[in-house]
Amino acid sequence: MFNYIIRRILQSIPILFIVLTLVFVFVRVLPGDPAVAALGDYASKEAVQALRVKFGLDAPLWVQYFRFLGDLFKGDLGASLITGYPVASQVIRVLPYTLELTVCAILFGYVFGIPLGISAAVKRNSFIDYFNRVFSLLGLSVPAFYLGILLMYLFSIKLMWFPVVGGGDLSDPLDNLRHLFLPGLTLGLIMTAYITRMTRSSLLEILQDDYVRTARSKGITDRRVLYKHALRNALIPIVALGGLYAVVLIGSSVMVEIVFSRPGLGSLMVGAIKQRDYNTLQSVMVIYAGMVVIINLMTDLVYGLVDPRITYK
Amino acid sequence: MYRELSVQQKMWLTFRRNRPALIGAVVTILIMLIAIFAPWIAPHDPLVQDPAIRLEGMTSDHMLGTDDFGRDVLSRIIHGSRVSLVIGLASVLLGMVAGTMLGMIAGYYRGKVETLIMRGVDVMMCFPDLILAIVITAVLGANLVNLVLTLGLVMMPRFARLAHGQLLSLTESEYVLAARSIGFHVPRILGRHIFPNIFGELFVAATLWVGVAIRLEANLAFVGLGISPPTPTWGNMIREGVDVMINAPWISIYSGLAILITILAFNMLGDGLRDIADPKLRGI
Repeated sequence: MFNYIIRRILQSIPILFIVLTLVFVFVRVLPGDPAVAALGDYASKEAVQALRVKFGLDAPLWVQYFRFLGDLFKGDLGASLITGYPVASQVIRVLPYTLELTVCAILFGYVFGIPLGISAAVKRNSFIDYFNRVFSLLGLSVPAFYLGILLMYLFSIKLMWFPVVGGGDLSDPLDNLRHLFLPGLTLGLIMTAYITRMTRSSLLEILQDDYVRTARSKGITDRRVLYKHALRNALIPIVALGGLYAVVLIGSSVMVEIVFSRPGLGSLMVGAIKQRDYNTLQSVMVIYAGMVVIINLMTDLVYGLVDPRITYK
Repeated sequence: MYRELSVQQKMWLTFRRNRPALIGAVVTILIMLIAIFAPWIAPHDPLVQDPAIRLEGMTSDHMLGTDDFGRDVLSRIIHGSRVSLVIGLASVLLGMVAGTMLGMIAGYYRGKVETLIMRGVDVMMCFPDLILAIVITAVLGANLVNLVLTLGLVMMPRFARLAHGQLLSLTESEYVLAARSIGFHVPRILGRHIFPNIFGELFVAATLWVGVAIRLEANLAFVGLGISPPTPTWGNMIREGVDVMINAPWISIYSGLAILITILAFNMLGDGLRDIADPKLRGI
């Protein structure tokens, strides 16, 4: 198992390397001069040149590239071209907000989605199944930012139960929770829709299998067949696709952060694009890609935990 | 008298019995018609401003009210369908053509070509698609053509993976071996023999992914990376509506409803098509 993890990490190094290169290229081909963007259109040529030298933007691209890789390897994300503060400290400040949002939404999705999906599959074509299908179809279709706006309108503007914007104070759990509730609910509902649908369909497929019929004909109770035989196997696709949906969710978190004006990686990224802040943008993209790589790795590991046929050598 | 039904007739029967799919198909066609005939259907010019009737609620003249500039919201929603549909359909088509070709080549030739293409796909898939879309749009700039290119590029790896997976099992099949042993050229084998066999799967996915592309476009517009105002798109209408949410919530709500209904229709249609393509999954 341990060896497998090490090997998987080693395997993802070339991909990560290409990802880093891609990020570097993306950021450099952004139109507009970052030094001009930082200083404004009326800055003197000398000031612009000084800023370029300060941030190493005057160096040839390949030098910048190796500096970028080298600094990253040392854990140095550079300084923001706009504020001059280290990007790392900015990222560390907002990362908890993004993590709490996405982790809560993923947990929410699994906690509500799996029971809903099971109940729909077991009572096929019943009212609860019908409700589930409508709910998951809606959740699959609605853009996260629109759902966020609707919830914000209902709960913050009409009912005034929750604050409209902001991320709350991380050191004050209650305030933090009040700010987290609506964004978390937005993403959580969408995740629930994905998980419900997936659970329902994989369970329905498995309930048609021969071994389920065999188990039933042996006189095992429906309950036991469901939990011991069918669900165990249905978990495999749930885990595999769950990882994919978690990646989609990270993308949607960008929008939810913007709708609720929450601090987070998404807001940081969009701000960095608008200001041509190279260092911040490339750092945020690297972190997003890193999150995806970690999710994929975890999916693979849980996969083996759920499916005993898979062994790690 | 008993008559054997053709495959097409059976498919049509399956489809017709699937009520959600039928609704999806009808709504999709309706929205397309609305987009095509937008200037004739819309009650007002979507760009004409009238400060006298700013943020008016529903009236008989303006059925969905007016926005911050006194423009008719209904007319803007009707015109907005054009951008969403054109970008959604064109980008998926582009992604399908490019991605399928790459995936088929990778799956047919295997070896180094496969490694090169599929690792490239892996790398692109390391970014959540929205983040990729945001950054590429920022690089290319936002206009109709660039948005189609951007979203096509984002859709491409999905199709490449799908086609590649299909090819892995098909290249070893007997009819492909037969075609190869007769000495057909690769383009002919891929295009005439393999492609028709994977087209069904690709088409179903494409239908579902049009919804994804439309949603991505709306996201980009909402962040301010879409077609620039005053051209109405559903995404930028929601964005403008948010600023006046307290006084005029209908602008955002109705524009978003248009997006939701459109994506819903494509998803229902796609689900129905998948049921036809794979009878084993019917109702699942």
